[in-house]
Amino acid sequence: MPAVISISNLTKTYASGQHALQDVSLEIRPGEIFALLGPNGAGKTTLISIVCGIVRKTSGTVLVNGLDIERDYRAARAQIGLVPQELAIEAFETVQAAATFSRGLFGRAPDPAHIERVLRDLSLWDRREDILMTLSGGMKRRVMIAKALAHEPRVLFLDEPTAGVDVELRRDMWELVRRMRDQGVTIILTTHYIDEAEEMADRIGVINHGELVVVEEKSRLMKQLGKRQLTLTLQEPLAAIPPELGDWPLALNANGHELQFTFDASVEQTGVAPLLRRLEQLGINYRDLNTQESSLEEIFVSLVGRKARQ
Amino acid sequence: MKPLAFNGHGVWAIYRFEMARFLRTLLQSVLTPVITTALFVVVFGAAIGSRMSEVGGVSYGAFIVPGLIMLSLFTESISNASFGIHFPKFTGTIFEILSAPVAAWEIVLGYVGAAATKSVLLGLVILATASFFVSIQILHPFWMMTFMLLTAVTFSLFGFIVGIWAKNWEQMQLIPMLVVTPLTFLGGAFYSIDMLPPAWRTVTLFNPVVYLISGFRWSFYGQSDVGVGISLAMTVVFLAICLVTIAWIFRTGYRLKN
Repeated sequence: MPAVISISNLTKTYASGQHALQDVSLEIRPGEIFALLGPNGAGKTTLISIVCGIVRKTSGTVLVNGLDIERDYRAARAQIGLVPQELAIEAFETVQAAATFSRGLFGRAPDPAHIERVLRDLSLWDRREDILMTLSGGMKRRVMIAKALAHEPRVLFLDEPTAGVDVELRRDMWELVRRMRDQGVTIILTTHYIDEAEEMADRIGVINHGELVVVEEKSRLMKQLGKRQLTLTLQEPLAAIPPELGDWPLALNANGHELQFTFDASVEQTGVAPLLRRLEQLGINYRDLNTQESSLEEIFVSLVGRKARQ
Repeated sequence: MKPLAFNGHGVWAIYRFEMARFLRTLLQSVLTPVITTALFVVVFGAAIGSRMSEVGGVSYGAFIVPGLIMLSLFTESISNASFGIHFPKFTGTIFEILSAPVAAWEIVLGYVGAAATKSVLLGLVILATASFFVSIQILHPFWMMTFMLLTAVTFSLFGFIVGIWAKNWEQMQLIPMLVVTPLTFLGGAFYSIDMLPPAWRTVTLFNPVVYLISGFRWSFYGQSDVGVGISLAMTVVFLAICLVTIAWIFRTGYRLKN
């Protein structure tokens, strides 16, 4: 299936000389939720801004459903909705007028029924006559999403959509994003909350210093780069790890009460069984054991850290 | 999705948004220039008109009316258009305009169209107000409307440029206060440049506002400081300069896009 967004060799150097993006190539598949992760200043917002036409690229090409964002900007942009990171909405308009304005701006004929649907989906219908400046930050965030959805985009960019919002709104947004995906909308989100990406994304891209470090299916990424940890709760605390256990990368935690073994789950010989046998031979007894997968956050930190060290 | 050849809905959305802002502040938008005009006509008409009853066969009070309308057209056009585009820059909502499928000229059409509409409406309100105080005749109504429209559009384009150029609200006031108002007062709004000594008359001819006021006054009373053709040509030249500047702004992304 052809990519919804096809980015090839994209670079961006600002007038200040800052290299925000360096030779980025990326394909976004139709109907997926793609999470773009990266530390502050990694180039996430620049990448989104270029696709949406807010920032000019230095070189490279960006196609939206095969349409060049510069040559065919009208058709390309009509398919895109953007919820930017900053809370930026008109001050004196009503909620409904703001959404209606956005629909018209993107070249769509008025459709009050669609606007009503969007406002209801975002729990804004009862506040439709409210002046935007009187709304709370969370409600303003909802209005920004409503504005982005007003023209029925096929691709939705959410730049840090849940930054600074409460738990309820965050859950609502996740729900909305899933609903949009079910309707065939492709979603690209950037987030600082790794658990958000872990919860929602089909694929994950990690960007750092303007370069794409990795693009992978979430499950495969976690399987390939993830580690498992075996934690043994000891019956008697250990003062130090016995030298006989030197073959295993172990850590002693909780004042010697916990022995932790980190291993690669993707290989055949994980080393767990020999370790347990050796513990038995050494008379080190444990009363509980559990294994845990590394979180996406740990994988992210490891990826970003690895790149920084190179 | 069929590509748009002309985003009419987009232009209308911008135009309607800007007009809604005007209507929200209708009272202050209309009342301020009306009171100012009334004061100008009454004070200037009474103070100077008592010493100088006529200029070229027209009572002094009536003589200054075209200049007063032009003064309002200049200031209102610049302020409406500059505010219209500067406010989204200031609040950050400009991202939506820049990411929408609207061409640069469509954005200009929406903002400048609304700013010019407001200015023309105000110009007509001022004309109606002045007619309560002095007797006004309009010899060439078609040309009166043409000059009014051309001036409103031209200065709205100029205001649009100021709104993009300005980095803050202080800079927004700079051009109208330091350039436009002095040029208007020195541009024959309250006197005929024939009244000036020859040397100053020559200097005044470098002031583009002279041509605008002169042509506009001609459409009322059939008398002008410079030829009507020259007035019209100068207005069109100024309009063309503004259009070229705006085209350059959008081509380069000057103070709009990184």
